[in-house]
Amino acid sequence: MTFLSTIKAAALSAAMIVSVALPAAHADEQYFPLQSYRVGPYAAGGTGFFGGFIDYLNLINIRDGGVNGVKLTWDECETQYEVERGVECYERQKSHAGAAAWNPLSVGIAYAMIDRITADKVPLITVNHGRTDSTDGRVFPYVFPLLLNPYSETSGIVNYIASKEGGIDKLKGKKIVVLYHGSPYGKETIPIYELLAQKYGFTVQQIEVPHPGNEQQSQWLTIRRAKPDFVVLRGWGVMNPVALKTAVKVGYPVDHIVGNVWSNSEEDVIPAGDAAKGYTAITTQASGNSYPVVQEIVKTVYGAGKGNLEDKSRIGSVYHNLGIVNGILNVEAIRVAQEKFGHRTLTGDEVRWGFEHLKLDPAKVEALGAKDLFHSINVSWDNHEGEGYVTFQQWDGKKWNVVSDWIAPDWALLRPIIEKSAEAYAKEKGIKLRTADDANAVTTN
Amino acid sequence: MTAITGSFSSAPVLPKWIVPFLLLAFAYGVVPLIGSSYLFEAILLPFLALSLAGVGLNILTGYAGQVSLGSAAFMAAGAFAAYNFNLRVEGLPLIGSIFLAGIVAAAIGIVFGLPSLRLKGFYLAVSTLAAQFFVQWALTKFSWFSNDSASGVIDAPKLSIAGFAFDGAVGRYLFALTIVTALTFLAYRLVSSQTGRNFIAIRDNETAARIIGIPVLKTKLLAFAISSFIIGVAGVIWAFAYLRTVEPDGFDLDRSFQILFIIIIGGLASIRGAFFGAALIVVFPLALSRLGGFLLGDVFDSGVLDMSQRIVLGALIILFLILEPDGLVALWDRVRRRLLFAWQST
Repeated sequence: MTFLSTIKAAALSAAMIVSVALPAAHADEQYFPLQSYRVGPYAAGGTGFFGGFIDYLNLINIRDGGVNGVKLTWDECETQYEVERGVECYERQKSHAGAAAWNPLSVGIAYAMIDRITADKVPLITVNHGRTDSTDGRVFPYVFPLLLNPYSETSGIVNYIASKEGGIDKLKGKKIVVLYHGSPYGKETIPIYELLAQKYGFTVQQIEVPHPGNEQQSQWLTIRRAKPDFVVLRGWGVMNPVALKTAVKVGYPVDHIVGNVWSNSEEDVIPAGDAAKGYTAITTQASGNSYPVVQEIVKTVYGAGKGNLEDKSRIGSVYHNLGIVNGILNVEAIRVAQEKFGHRTLTGDEVRWGFEHLKLDPAKVEALGAKDLFHSINVSWDNHEGEGYVTFQQWDGKKWNVVSDWIAPDWALLRPIIEKSAEAYAKEKGIKLRTADDANAVTTN
Repeated sequence: MTAITGSFSSAPVLPKWIVPFLLLAFAYGVVPLIGSSYLFEAILLPFLALSLAGVGLNILTGYAGQVSLGSAAFMAAGAFAAYNFNLRVEGLPLIGSIFLAGIVAAAIGIVFGLPSLRLKGFYLAVSTLAAQFFVQWALTKFSWFSNDSASGVIDAPKLSIAGFAFDGAVGRYLFALTIVTALTFLAYRLVSSQTGRNFIAIRDNETAARIIGIPVLKTKLLAFAISSFIIGVAGVIWAFAYLRTVEPDGFDLDRSFQILFIIIIGGLASIRGAFFGAALIVVFPLALSRLGGFLLGDVFDSGVLDMSQRIVLGALIILFLILEPDGLVALWDRVRRRLLFAWQST
């Protein structure tokens, strides 16, 4: 073979690979750009969440042949929870046609994307986290902190502590320490704790643990001196087991530590060993694999060898189930939008409309096989959170046990605060408040 | 420090200004017309910001011989100072905020440069770590810096100079390119001036420099000030033009190391080296990750791919530094000389 013909052969085979790799463009497909993270300090959360999300998308494809025949596709771009990597992934993935919604699972990345996705008119989902005032759909048309924004979570935790103390009036004079992760996510609730402390008459002390949080001796010595009635753990990743272990070391009772929604997983307590026994945490979705939808994923997806989790014992863990719930919310939003706009590949703006009409009552949740996995959701054009319910679970050393009913956060109390913050943002950025009519004007191509 | 040997040689036929001039003409005239938003947002903007930071650090480390691990801190100081000047000083044009931000970074640089009067080499590097930790701590501790924003993340203001708004990816690219060009030109003039020669004298032999009458104390602090000024402005570009948000965590120790690697890989004591190094550090991992994703994306998940990319990148950098310890600039000059030689002999 001469040199030239070698090159020719190589070029030909490269062209063939490309033509095979490129998907057939005519079939209707809805694409999910996944800015996932499977390495770095937060890999446990990333693999569990994106594993559950992908498992659910796979279930829809295998069991139903997609959403009304529209196949779901996705690809992953590794962010390591770092903002600039997330931005690079955004720019890389946005050129793909038919993007439904972004799910970066990182407050820092979500903040950097708000301007960008608003210009591109594709929804940004920050399930159980995110920027609180993006709940206000008048100011943030494309951002959805679904199920639980950070303020609702805080309200839920304070209400739970009150119920442990015997009523909201018993909070007076109590002392609560909030140990938070030194990141945009961790700091998000500082003002709302201060406000609730004033309102209910307890004192609050907020202590930061610098990212990633694998050394907390001095923070817990401060806590021991302060002798609080409760410690709220607002952690993430490796910070959580270290907090529990250090609490035992300084002699703080673990059953007086309440974890927030990102400190509530098996990955947070198992590494802490016995130190975690009796630890309670808030959640929007119960753990366990007994729910019909999880069972179907085990049977259909893992049975076909297409499961995403390498470690099958993590099926039904908190992060995996959150990924599944997130999958349900995304897919159902597409379904809602398809009923309005047709069973075809939707534009980002059409999917946004779908999210704004995403209403799953407990009966509908049961029909989806997720009864008791999560409670319900009721999103509207101006409420992008959707009134998610919370519950509390306690770790017994082996598994999480639910120890409370479904609790509603105090939305009426929080809404004016959220609106005020959103309006201030709108003023600073020169954004005109959206109306219901604006929300119904949808870009369809 | 053998790094300067290569950088003083120039092309034997072309005038010195022609290559930068052509590059600039291309960057201003052609790139905005043909580039995609990915090219601007994910490649050119971080490249410009990190190149400028590399130019700044090269003045301090490459020319004046003072090793610093605080570059990210000066970037953070610049970014937050620009944000606060822009927010709190009514009627101050953006360019004024950026200039003042550079001054603030320079002032902080002088303070943390003081140990350089007594410390050298690794000891100085460790003491500049103090800047890294102190600035990040102060920015997270006092929420005033981020205008009491709940999460400590702030949005960058709109970029506009004299009524002209730099909107969109191309606008922000031109904004960054203009600032980088101006500051790089000034840095280039500086290093070939008497002050630049004083820097080199101090780097090569401090005692000798003192004996021939160079004010060592003043010169070292001047190097810290100028370097921090440039790095501070690079921080503004990073936050305002590239990421469009400002948060202290983005300016961590990893970023300082990244900038140090840029000038080591690109070539110490060379203005061009910073651009070569930044190009490699920004583009190479992306190219590797896209190639990996394209070839093996269906076989492995993104985590495995990312880990193997790091191994490949690390191995290539080690290999490269063994083969060419003077950096990409030396490599480039050698290639160019060979090409010119081949061209002349035909």
